[in-house]
Amino acid sequence: MSPVCQYATFRVGGHCLAIPVLDVQEVLRGQRLTPVPLAPHAVTGLINLRGQIVPALEMRRLLDLPPRDGELDPLSVVVRTEHGAVSLQVDEIGDVLELDGSTFELPPQNVDPHLRSRLVGVHKLKGRLLLVLDIRRTVDLNA
Amino acid sequence: MMEDQEFVQEFLIESNENLTRLDGEMVELERRPDDHELLASVFRTVHTIKGTCGFLGFSRLEALAHVTEDILSDLRNGRRQLDTPLTSLILESVDAIKRILRSIETASTEGEPFESELIPRLQQARDGATAAPPAAAPGTAVAEPPAAAEPASSAKGAVADSNLRVDVGLLDRLMNLVGELVLTRNQLVQYNAARDDSSLNAISQRLNLITTELQEGVMKTRMQPIGLVWNKLPRVVRDLSTALGKEIALEMDGSDTELDRTILEAIKDPLTHIVRNSCDHGIETPAGRLARGKPVKGRLALSAFHKGGHVNIEIGDDGGGIDPARVKAKAVERNLVSAGQAERLSDAEAVNLVFLPGFSTAPMVTNISGRGVGMDVVKTHIERIGGTVVLSSQTGRGTVVSVKIPLTLAIIPGLVVSAGGERFVIPQMNLHELIRVEGENIQSRIEYIHSTPVFRRRETLLPLTDLSRILGLAPDRRPDEISIVVLQVDQHRFGLIVDSISDSQEIVVKPLALQFKGLNGYAGATIMGDGRIALILDVPGIGQMSGMLAGAGQQTPAAAVASHGGQSGDRRRSLLLFRAGSFGRLAMPLSQVARLEKIAASSVERAAGRPVVQYRGRILPLLSVAEFLGSAGAAEEDLLHVIIYRNGASELGLVVDEIIDAVEEAVTNRHGCGSSGLLASAVVAGKITDFLDLNAVASRACSTDPESLHRLEAALAGSRTLAEEVPA
Repeated sequence: MSPVCQYATFRVGGHCLAIPVLDVQEVLRGQRLTPVPLAPHAVTGLINLRGQIVPALEMRRLLDLPPRDGELDPLSVVVRTEHGAVSLQVDEIGDVLELDGSTFELPPQNVDPHLRSRLVGVHKLKGRLLLVLDIRRTVDLNA
Repeated sequence: MMEDQEFVQEFLIESNENLTRLDGEMVELERRPDDHELLASVFRTVHTIKGTCGFLGFSRLEALAHVTEDILSDLRNGRRQLDTPLTSLILESVDAIKRILRSIETASTEGEPFESELIPRLQQARDGATAAPPAAAPGTAVAEPPAAAEPASSAKGAVADSNLRVDVGLLDRLMNLVGELVLTRNQLVQYNAARDDSSLNAISQRLNLITTELQEGVMKTRMQPIGLVWNKLPRVVRDLSTALGKEIALEMDGSDTELDRTILEAIKDPLTHIVRNSCDHGIETPAGRLARGKPVKGRLALSAFHKGGHVNIEIGDDGGGIDPARVKAKAVERNLVSAGQAERLSDAEAVNLVFLPGFSTAPMVTNISGRGVGMDVVKTHIERIGGTVVLSSQTGRGTVVSVKIPLTLAIIPGLVVSAGGERFVIPQMNLHELIRVEGENIQSRIEYIHSTPVFRRRETLLPLTDLSRILGLAPDRRPDEISIVVLQVDQHRFGLIVDSISDSQEIVVKPLALQFKGLNGYAGATIMGDGRIALILDVPGIGQMSGMLAGAGQQTPAAAVASHGGQSGDRRRSLLLFRAGSFGRLAMPLSQVARLEKIAASSVERAAGRPVVQYRGRILPLLSVAEFLGSAGAAEEDLLHVIIYRNGASELGLVVDEIIDAVEEAVTNRHGCGSSGLLASAVVAGKITDFLDLNAVASRACSTDPESLHRLEAALAGSRTLAEEVPA
């Protein structure tokens, strides 16, 4: 039985995703993006986070999902990584959940490899599945 | 002499600090005589002073410290116990040391001897080991007054008081904060410019001034003389020359040139490596030197100087130089370049092959250099801090490695431009010139060779590239105006078309995140006055992306060769076509052409028997290409067509009969060329064209040229190349 972990959850294109709450630095809305021409597809630009320059990654592009509706303003989940802060653009923010290992399972083999490589595992919740992201691999575009 | 004084300064600062602590420690030790750590610390302090002053030649100080150390040593070994009279005696000795130090500080000498009475007492105390030394009567042992009293008042503002040791981490944090302050200042200045508020204006101006001064001040605290790195080189050279059985004289010029400490740290290893290389591969053995008619003792000259916001470091030796043919052979053997590529490289390009990863010229791997970490590491390290390194060599005469590095990394001046609705910053370092073309028919000012745009800039063709196009952005510019930023990378110049040019400002460089690792075009990002982010362009990268500088950095070996060589065979190259004597169609790379001029034949004068003209305030040597190629020149004309050929820092005027055209062509059907002075023949624009061997031209210009002209030219230009100082 693994110890209890608190997860910050968010929605991206119908998926319910989670990351350990301690990895989240802050959540922002309406950030001005500076595009970086020729940057990898998943990068939407740079954000000025109080003097710190932070790359913004579009989760929909990272997970090969269709683009977001024009009206929907993305939210920025700023996560801490070993190489500095990175902003993940998501659709919607959910609750913070406290979960233990009893509902946890490794990602099934037949999940799209693009998604699977970025997952730690899945929590089977009532009525939905919560996908736990591997932060390090999520922000590593060369992985 | 200067260095000695610096040593003495450092010695004084350190000793004074330690001695101040020593007072307290001795007192503490008297209370706790069994505290070994304390005793060890006291011993160390005195020991250090003894060692250093012996080295600096302060013999009295050394004698004093020596006896004291002996006593402390006995205490440490437990051969005797510390008692009050002994403590007093040691303290008395410490005071005497302090007094001599003060004298050194104020008068640079040890001053009048006063310790003639103290030393015997100390010796007695030492030799009298177990016996309590009655001679050191308690009365005289309290020795404070005579030593400390008089000089103390006069020595106000002494080094010891005016210097402070500061944690480097704190300085780094300060520098970061200053960076943030500069950004905030820029924001306020911009905010202020948008409104009409005189009191805000005053505050903003004041803040502006203070920030600039603070920035300079903090920057200065981080500056250290390059001598700190050079100091260890005499030893390196001495050890190496002993090990190699060579004689090498090391000369250092400009060791007080200051650089930011992060940069100093970064160049330490590359510099040492270059010096090692020069000793090992550059300078020949005494026998070899004698055979070549050189003085037995080799010269290794280091010089550092500030120029144009950069620090230039040159490491020159008068050794055997680098044999381009051997370098080429080696590079081919190691599969770093193809035989064909190697053949096409000029000598100057060839010697720079040593910067390729995996290259090592030493026929035998010695334990000194050639251990796999070669010049490529040197180049990578220097480029990582935004510097450049170029090697120039004359076979048999020596090699000069020129390193150019920025003063600081954190805050750099940059030019703000825009393209495709976005702002970009171009580091001032790469900036050469700004051109704005206005008017009705501007499109005709941009001409095309094939599909490549060029611009006639003072009779020279400047190849152009469009920033918006490179970055895949839609240009957003006025139809009646073209802005061109002329950029320079190494020897190459090219024009970058941008939508508009704003202003230049100090920017704080912030590195880009890992996600952008694969992008060559950016050197980082910065936050502008309005709080928005702008990307900083990496000019060599941009040049490479546009094909202007074919390849660079650590890509494929072929691309790397191209970056050193300027052109790779498969790419299109810009060529200047001209006619001279019986050679109806000659070519040279346009990148080697500084300018095209027409010079009146009557203005040609002679210097040291060779034709020269006065050109832009200096003397330009002339060389007739027809004569050089052994052909009869055309009939004398009133107006000479001169191609100003730039070779490194020096320029040479090539006199030709006619300039035919400038073309950009993929050069095909090359074949080697037997005749001297020509590199090869090839089909250019459908016609057979001979390629002029510019290196042969340059070396002819030098070899027939007495040293005097060169020196004169150098003196006139105020230039300083080590090669010119190498004794013939």
